[in-house]
Amino acid sequence: MPEFTLKIRRFLPETGDAPYWEDFTVDLEGHRSVLEGILQVRDVQDGSVGIRCSCRAAICGSCGVRINGRATLACKTHLNDALEDSQEDGAIVIEPMGNMPVIKDLIVDMDAVHWTKIRRVTPWLLPDGPPPEREYVVPHEAMVDVTQSMACIQCGACVSDCLSMEVDADFVGPAALAKAYRFVGDPRDAQHEERLRDLAEDPHGIHDCTHCFACIDACPKGVAPMDQIMRLRRMAGSDYEIDDRNNGHRHESAFTEIIRKKGILDEAKLLPDSYGGKLHPRVVPELVDSLPVIVTALTRGKITPKAALMPHRLPRDSQEAVKRIFETIDERDERYELNLYITGFEDEEVEKAAAEEERGPHE
Amino acid sequence: MKVAYWPGCVSRGFTPELHGAMAKVAPLLDIELIELDRAACCGAGVISEHNQELADSLNARTFALAQQTDGALMMNICSTCQGAQSECQERLDSNGDYRDRINEIIGDEDLRYSKGLENKNLLWVLVEEIGLDELRSRVKRPLEGLRVGPFYGCYIVRPRDRLGIDSQSPRDRYLHEVIEALGGTVIDYAGIYKCCGFPIITMNKEASLKQAGTHLGDAADAQADCLVVPCPLCHLNLDLQQPLAERVVGRELAMPVLHLPQLLGLALGLEPAELGMGKHVVKPTAVIDWSESVVAASPS
Repeated sequence: MPEFTLKIRRFLPETGDAPYWEDFTVDLEGHRSVLEGILQVRDVQDGSVGIRCSCRAAICGSCGVRINGRATLACKTHLNDALEDSQEDGAIVIEPMGNMPVIKDLIVDMDAVHWTKIRRVTPWLLPDGPPPEREYVVPHEAMVDVTQSMACIQCGACVSDCLSMEVDADFVGPAALAKAYRFVGDPRDAQHEERLRDLAEDPHGIHDCTHCFACIDACPKGVAPMDQIMRLRRMAGSDYEIDDRNNGHRHESAFTEIIRKKGILDEAKLLPDSYGGKLHPRVVPELVDSLPVIVTALTRGKITPKAALMPHRLPRDSQEAVKRIFETIDERDERYELNLYITGFEDEEVEKAAAEEERGPHE
Repeated sequence: MKVAYWPGCVSRGFTPELHGAMAKVAPLLDIELIELDRAACCGAGVISEHNQELADSLNARTFALAQQTDGALMMNICSTCQGAQSECQERLDSNGDYRDRINEIIGDEDLRYSKGLENKNLLWVLVEEIGLDELRSRVKRPLEGLRVGPFYGCYIVRPRDRLGIDSQSPRDRYLHEVIEALGGTVIDYAGIYKCCGFPIITMNKEASLKQAGTHLGDAADAQADCLVVPCPLCHLNLDLQQPLAERVVGRELAMPVLHLPQLLGLALGLEPAELGMGKHVVKPTAVIDWSESVVAASPS
């Protein structure tokens, strides 16, 4: 039976001792899970190792931990894959999830962070009028869009690895915002605009996401929380035109308008426009604050007045072509989004089917 | 090798030294750059936040322009372009109907994107096309004694599936490998795969600069001489905004941040001034004691 070394981070806050690393060796086949490894350690070697788990089948969402630095479910990770992924001389490194206080060893306080954030987004349906006599009837197609965010099992892996939350504990965060989209995208809910306004105006809401993709990588169920946050932004900005106090919508529309006109970015224009335009009173304190940076950039020749006034441009015919692309999209009755989580990687399936056919019938 | 070259907007805007350094370094690596000067902005994730189909159309147009050249592949020097374009390309390559729909939008310039373009950041080109042995053999001035902290940023390492990162193609170790191939010492610190904070600089300046300041501080604590970045947007937050980041984290940082082509250029024998290093807010030449390393002191 192959041996695997598990390097587990131990910590019991009430002792006052600092966290420390402890190595354990387990005998298990490589296709068994990291969770089974941890449980073997607990059962055979050290009964005091703390881990929370239940279903062992990636359904309950209890055993979220960091393996080799990335949050995931211990029950969904094979020992041989974890070892292959390790950067640490033959050991699988297992730590508690991040951004949440540790209760003991690999167990974190989900109430203190994750569930508090989930409650923040009013995670229940707010329909209009009295409830129908029987169930709400919704066409199937209308619900397809939210199935991705409904796949969430509340394991907290995305919260653990969120890089915005790491510097801003008040950020509503990926799990809760994905949950918010589950209701904003639900045709039975009657408070779409109110929900969007609330989360767009909150300085720690949808515009506080730094677009780092960490939650997409962490999620064991393919929810892609960041994509749901971008959907919320798209709806808040493009559908409801919520002119939030965080410059979120202003920045997105300033950026888009510059590309429409010029085809490529003009940063000297983007900055003031993101605050509402260069004559807007909001710009003045920003400029004063950034003055030392601007002066340094000018003296270093990083930004020259000539470059600022005459930025790089596309040839005229290309500018026109870009404008026509914008016009074509503007003329659409409805915004079109392709969600690969829902449609699947169609071409791959077609190719696979073709290859199967070529091989002929199975013997 | 010949590549269809997409420099991106920022390398021709607020980080002109990046575009300049790439032009200097390319011939030393036998890379012939066919610049895509008709291509539009990748959207940086912001245009897709506005309208996904729009971002996909703009990038499909860029891909089609690249396919019209005789370049072996398309190369970019901006992680943000890489990430934003890979996201669009994943949709375009996954669904023939969708590809047709987008091709119709860009069709009036007789452009058409065919599935399967290879679009690689310079970092990937270095390791996968040129090769580390070849790179090593071209080094004129090994960066001996130079302690370099790799700063990958987000768009070039996540999501791993989309960017083709696994134990077979460890693209999340390439910066480490390149630094070593150039003779430098890789510094391990907490910020290697973290976010520079730039995308929220206009939305939550405090959180944005706290990210930049924290990673710079961690690198300083690990005694890095400098950081190297494959993304000009990271450079904006880590270098241009460093004085403001210092204020937010309440400590002096003085951490030079090099663009990847600048680090290459130094090892390939170019001078700091030629590589535009004097344009940085934190001048590398003022901070690094070049006389202590094989890299000769050179005024900028």
